Amino acid sequence: MPMKLAKVTFASLTILFLVAPLIAILPLAFTSSVILTYPIPSWSLRWFEELFFADAWRRAIVNSLIIGTGTTLLATVLGTAASLGLRNRVILFRGSIRTLFLLPMVVPAVVLGVGMQVLLARFGLTNSYAGVIIAHTVVAVPFVVVSVTGALAGIDERVELAAQSLGASPATVFRRVTLPLAMPGVLSGAVLAFATSLDEVVLTLFVAGPNQRTLARQMFSSIRENISPAIAAAAFLFIAATIVIGLVVVASRSMLAKRL
Amino acid sequence: MSGRASRTGRSLLLLAPLFLFLVGFFLWPLFSMMSQAVSDPAVLRLLPRTAAVMPDWDRQSPPTMPMQTAMIEDLKAVDDDQALGDMVRRLNSARSGFRTLMSRTTSALQDTANPPADLVSIDKRWEKPDFWLAIADALSPLTDRNLLAAVDLGRNAAGEIEHLPADQSVNRVILLRTFWIGALVTFACACIGFPYAIIAASLSGWKRDLMLAAVLLPLWTSLLVRTAAWFILLQEQGLINDLLRGIGLIDAPLPLIFNRTGVIIAMTHVLLPFMVLPIYSVLITIPKNLMPAAASLGAPPWRAFLRVLLPLSLRGVASGGLLVFISAIGYYITPALIGGPGDQMISSIIAFYATGTANWGMAGALGVVLLVATLLLYSVYARLSADEPGRR
Repeated sequence: MPMKLAKVTFASLTILFLVAPLIAILPLAFTSSVILTYPIPSWSLRWFEELFFADAWRRAIVNSLIIGTGTTLLATVLGTAASLGLRNRVILFRGSIRTLFLLPMVVPAVVLGVGMQVLLARFGLTNSYAGVIIAHTVVAVPFVVVSVTGALAGIDERVELAAQSLGASPATVFRRVTLPLAMPGVLSGAVLAFATSLDEVVLTLFVAGPNQRTLARQMFSSIRENISPAIAAAAFLFIAATIVIGLVVVASRSMLAKRL
Repeated sequence: MSGRASRTGRSLLLLAPLFLFLVGFFLWPLFSMMSQAVSDPAVLRLLPRTAAVMPDWDRQSPPTMPMQTAMIEDLKAVDDDQALGDMVRRLNSARSGFRTLMSRTTSALQDTANPPADLVSIDKRWEKPDFWLAIADALSPLTDRNLLAAVDLGRNAAGEIEHLPADQSVNRVILLRTFWIGALVTFACACIGFPYAIIAASLSGWKRDLMLAAVLLPLWTSLLVRTAAWFILLQEQGLINDLLRGIGLIDAPLPLIFNRTGVIIAMTHVLLPFMVLPIYSVLITIPKNLMPAAASLGAPPWRAFLRVLLPLSLRGVASGGLLVFISAIGYYITPALIGGPGDQMISSIIAFYATGTANWGMAGALGVVLLVATLLLYSVYARLSADEPGRR
């Protein structure tokens, strides 16, 4: 079966191409050398120390957490409310409004960055946490809308009607029926919003000042200017966080699937 | 009836915050970027009196006395050095010589002991109509200069659109390069992604899960991490060169980073999931017995592929290809970190104009070009995926 052999070889090589780079960077986080190459002379945690105690890196991690939390809260609240509003089919221009909500995913980040810098300068919001959080929320909110809309679409409306017919007020139906059923979607939307903020570089380059340097921004300039194994240590943290985030999303999806 | 009305009101109330937020912080920024591209207030802001008398001039004869007095009044009133610098730069780009002319004029006007009677007595050049023509044209608050310059066009003295001289024509090269790199990456993704999706869709159980996980893992990983990983692999002392030297294929390290090869490899890796997933989602809707049916009717495998599988999966390939291409032409981070100076795409040039030289007009104009290209392609993509059976 030469055809089958070719298929297996092709699939294996492609999997190698997709996954190997992510694995190759991990051991370098534990090198004792100052240069980012193999072979690794000996193992050490010095680059994690650098990451958590060197001023620039530590501040970047704190900034990422501040901005990521702010973005997650703002994007989740705005996105969830809007997704609930979008359920109503009699709203005029429902399709266009939905497109507007998803469009920030499509517009190139540099284009948005230029406009954002011009506008935030007018409001005096450049070089402020508020400005960066607003910018990140714009690109994070589509993920919340997609995720929550998906969860809401899976809710059987008869359940809500049943609650209503049993005398529950709209607020009670929402609090006791709709929201709990949509919760997995809200959670995975929030996680995706946080991940988006964590990874965002381009808008940050345009709107953040030196005091709002995020971890991703710090990694970007560090790859550009003086590449050191601290990058690999930061990448290690990112990949570990990705796996945790992935597990949360998968868990919340399967929670959602069980409810249906 | 009132229940339905209150439900609509509630829905609108829920929609309003995000709607207003995006109008304010998404549409408005895009709009101000576009208005930067066409607005040209540098001269009008400082020369309001000149602007008032300029329409009376016939654009051919030497300047009239009211024009000169208005200009003197305007220049005396200027108290903002930065705005003056902006104006001089703008005028100098239309007609060289303004820099020296303006600095001589402003210093002569500051001499209050013996004030100059008119501009011509300060410098003979003020007599020439072409300097005044440049001012007259620059007084308009709107301009298509930046938009034309973004595609290497300009207006000649008579106001006709023509190609800029070759030494100023850099943008078209960059636009073509952007689309070329985008096309190469899309092609590479299609060559790898299409067979990969076919194989994945033909499998089941853990093998299929493994192939899908291999696509999703990089998709969920930070873009910076993936770029850093390729930086490590591709560099001169990197794993790929070490490996190739180790097995004796090459003697000297291959140049893989800071050039086109590196950019294509890294971008293909980053964007491959966007090709595989749409194709895969189309393929799993195709009934599994179609290919055996074609074979039982006597079609050799290649013919069954060409006549059955390919036409049915083409929509997935088209959506995947558009998605990859749209993302690729807007890329900034990967070319900036892995590419050399000759691999910078339109986003890098926009960033350069915006943050490097603070030339907001050009940054905005190139931004408009990129935005329009992206939205056009996206509308095609949206139509393709809206036609999907079962979605509507």
